Amino acid sequence: MTEQLTILLVVIPLLSAPITAIFKNHLLTWAITLSVSIVCFAISGVILAEVIDGKHVIYELGGWRPPWGIEYKIDSLNAFIALIVSGIAVVSGIFSFRSAPSEIDTTQSGLFYAAFQLCLLGLLGIALTGDIFNLFVFLEISSLSSYALISMGRKRQALTASFAYLILGTIGATFFLIGVGFLYAASGSLNIADIAERFSSFEDMQLVVTAFIFILLGIALKAAIFPLHSWLPNAYGFAPSTVSIFLSATATKVSIYVLLRVLFDLYPIAYWQELLIPQLLLVLGCVGVIYGSVRAWQQVEIKRLLAFSSVAQIGYIVIGIALLTETGLTAAVLHLFNHAIIKATLFIGAGILVYRANSTKLSDLRGFGASMPWTFFAMAFAGLSLIGVPGTVGFVTKWYLLEAAIQQSKWIVVGAIVIGSVFAIAYVWKIVEALYFNSKRKIHIQHVKSGDINIPSASKSMGLALWLGAIACLYFGLFTNIPFNAANAVAKALLGM
Amino acid sequence: MELSYVLMLTILLPIFGAVVISKLGKVPNIREGVTLLTALSLFTLNIYLLIHQQDAIQAGFIVAEPIDGLAISFAFNAFGVMFALIASGLWIATSIYAMGYMRAHKESHQTRFYTLFAVAIAGVMAVAYSENLFTLFIFYEFLTISTYPLVTHSGNRDAKRGGRKYILILMGSSILFFLPAMIITWYTAGSLEFVQGGILKGSLDSAYVLPLLLLFILGISKAGVMPLHRWLPSAMVAPTPVSALLHAVAVVKAGVFSVVKVVVFIFGTDFITASDANDLLILLPAFTIIAASLIALTKDNLKERLAYSTISQLSYIVLGAMIANQLAIVGASMHIAMHAFAKIALFFAAGAILVTTHKKYVSQLDGLGRQMPITFTIFTVGSLSIIGLPFFGGMWSKWYLLSGGIQFEGSQFVYWIILITLSVSSMLNIFYLLSIPMKAFFTVPSNEKTHIKEAPIACLIGMAIPTAMTIYLFFDPSVFYTLSQTLVG
Repeated sequence: MTEQLTILLVVIPLLSAPITAIFKNHLLTWAITLSVSIVCFAISGVILAEVIDGKHVIYELGGWRPPWGIEYKIDSLNAFIALIVSGIAVVSGIFSFRSAPSEIDTTQSGLFYAAFQLCLLGLLGIALTGDIFNLFVFLEISSLSSYALISMGRKRQALTASFAYLILGTIGATFFLIGVGFLYAASGSLNIADIAERFSSFEDMQLVVTAFIFILLGIALKAAIFPLHSWLPNAYGFAPSTVSIFLSATATKVSIYVLLRVLFDLYPIAYWQELLIPQLLLVLGCVGVIYGSVRAWQQVEIKRLLAFSSVAQIGYIVIGIALLTETGLTAAVLHLFNHAIIKATLFIGAGILVYRANSTKLSDLRGFGASMPWTFFAMAFAGLSLIGVPGTVGFVTKWYLLEAAIQQSKWIVVGAIVIGSVFAIAYVWKIVEALYFNSKRKIHIQHVKSGDINIPSASKSMGLALWLGAIACLYFGLFTNIPFNAANAVAKALLGM
Repeated sequence: MELSYVLMLTILLPIFGAVVISKLGKVPNIREGVTLLTALSLFTLNIYLLIHQQDAIQAGFIVAEPIDGLAISFAFNAFGVMFALIASGLWIATSIYAMGYMRAHKESHQTRFYTLFAVAIAGVMAVAYSENLFTLFIFYEFLTISTYPLVTHSGNRDAKRGGRKYILILMGSSILFFLPAMIITWYTAGSLEFVQGGILKGSLDSAYVLPLLLLFILGISKAGVMPLHRWLPSAMVAPTPVSALLHAVAVVKAGVFSVVKVVVFIFGTDFITASDANDLLILLPAFTIIAASLIALTKDNLKERLAYSTISQLSYIVLGAMIANQLAIVGASMHIAMHAFAKIALFFAAGAILVTTHKKYVSQLDGLGRQMPITFTIFTVGSLSIIGLPFFGGMWSKWYLLSGGIQFEGSQFVYWIILITLSVSSMLNIFYLLSIPMKAFFTVPSNEKTHIKEAPIACLIGMAIPTAMTIYLFFDPSVFYTLSQTLVG
């Protein structure tokens, strides 16, 4: 029964997306999207419950046996990622009810939601498939739809941001494809498990190293690992609010997932340890943490600030991976989950600001927190979570990450992590300060339709989405069993323990 | 079992009070009544725990266990009940004082002020009753965040700049040093429980005691040890009741409380003296004591001068912890209490001067003593207690600190440093504190006709309570002495 469910995760959005594109009614298209997301979320939950204790769920597409056919092989990591992606889809779906009509022309809402579902489909597909070429296909589906989604942003810069992302994203995807092609030439197979199994028979070929480098570069670009992050701030900054929420919490995370699969399941660990990849990743992670945090601190616009903070947070995840221990990997996988919650919550907050004040510039928003105390409070709480204040989700990952670094006496890494956190205080406080203190100037609002200076209150659906996120930040910071057990199971499985 | 609920209530009651207070913005009288009532009941709860301390040893409860083996849990402890008693007792005095001050000074956002004050007190209770270092750390951070809006209360440029410094130094240093130090401890000892005699002995190489303890001292920057002391003068932009209770008692004492806890229950005093780590570490608080006193001499702003005096006095406690013998630890612990009563009286007096005369510089105080005799008498009593003269409680803590210093068994050089520091700083105290009431009483005012009267009656009552306690504690310091004794077993 569960085997059949796995394919539904891909089939449902695949069928519903073209149907959604037909309609022009916002309410209808929104309802379809939200219900698709909820169904996917429920299915992911069922699958995760099935596989959390180390079992596998296997589905063979069209009944063709692997390695000839495409197989979906679900372990705890796949299910965990699918759950994050579909969960965030639900939250951003709830949020878009009021936000999308205010930012996207109603005639386009069918296309918008269709692209949204295709993006969801692509990300879920990446998380499920066990076939590396099939993975590329899903990567392209999600990328193409996200280019479209980003370009729907209200400002004209959204077009250039989307175009820049398109160029770099395509380069990344092409690199990935070239790598897969080389690997296919060497191994004659596209099935991840099959390649890994027969790896020793062709590991001496130079082609395999080349393939590895191409694949790694391609993913690093997609995952916005420093220094290949340049597309990310503009893309997240100018996208429509709903899209910023969804992509910031999922797109890079799924790419990190691909990185994990390639590093731990496709290639043997010893093979790339010889290539000094762990050291390389560790350095990039540390530099990324500090660079991202400092750049975030320099920003004057909330969405770009959050985007640069994402670069730093991806750095933390990369550090966790590169430490190559159980604790480190647990921290990395846990941070996939925790950062998704935190960033989604903060982008929801930014979305509410866009909706109400029509601006996310810090200078425009001075004192705005007073007219939206609850939103401000939830945002501040998520911000504290980003810093890693104890009692929140951010703290839990920081704890394990520091523990992993201390276990190996890597003091420079410890230094980079804590310095990054100190800059996090500075950039989060920039937001808090701007919203908290009253300004002498009136809030300057650009072309608001109603003629009012601003929209008096956020809609209930937005508040609901925001508080779901904020409460998750607190709940999973105190009661860490569920995400921790899942992350720990993943880490053990990846290291083959 | 029943006492566990009392313990839980000490943390929940101020939170509950805060919720009620926040709803009473329209009726200031009832709002302040509720504040006072909450403070009184909280104090009663702590007294109850004190009386039943024999049975309360078992009391405790667990909230959650976010990391395997590390629970957010609370338990009764004698040192904690002492801290809780001081904070909740002085909250009563502060509430009374604040009624007079906030109204006379026409402060805005008073509901927010009273609400957040109660929230901060809840944080203090949680720090006091933390069962392990992990819980203490959580509420240490909580205290930083919850007091931030109080520091920046006025919302002007100065408040903003002060607040930024406040949050960045306090939270930055705790993440930069305290958190790694805690994780190193967790990694080496496998536990963060507070255990009499320490948990690190046997698992940590004695060569690493010095760097690890240094990390803790730098990380716990609420204790105000230089060079991470700058947040405290910055925090003086807050309204006076905040400076008085939070930045002379609750927040800073949470810092030194944590230092003493770490020294006694994480390292263990024997382990520290055996490793000779304290020979070097003593120099840090010793330098702070002298340097802060000298800086205080140069400050004309009354509240800033008091802030530097606080920094200097806090380092007495850190110094006592670093000397790490029985008498010094008792002295350090008692100084938490004695300094609290005296310093809050001084701040109240400074606030009373500000609210009636709008003068905040020492140089403006000439001759004011004749117009405000009560205020300046209180100021004199507070100063004398801080200097450590007889008939005032401050004498006892200095007595034990000095006795501890005399018994110090490390290097001769450090031994003399301790003794010289303690005596010289008492001299400096006389200069920078006592000179203020002297000026007020004995200098002839430059401009003759002024009609300055005493501060509002609520302020005077609020001031009188800690002052009376200072005198009372000279004759009967037994409460704090016995509680301090439990630290050394």
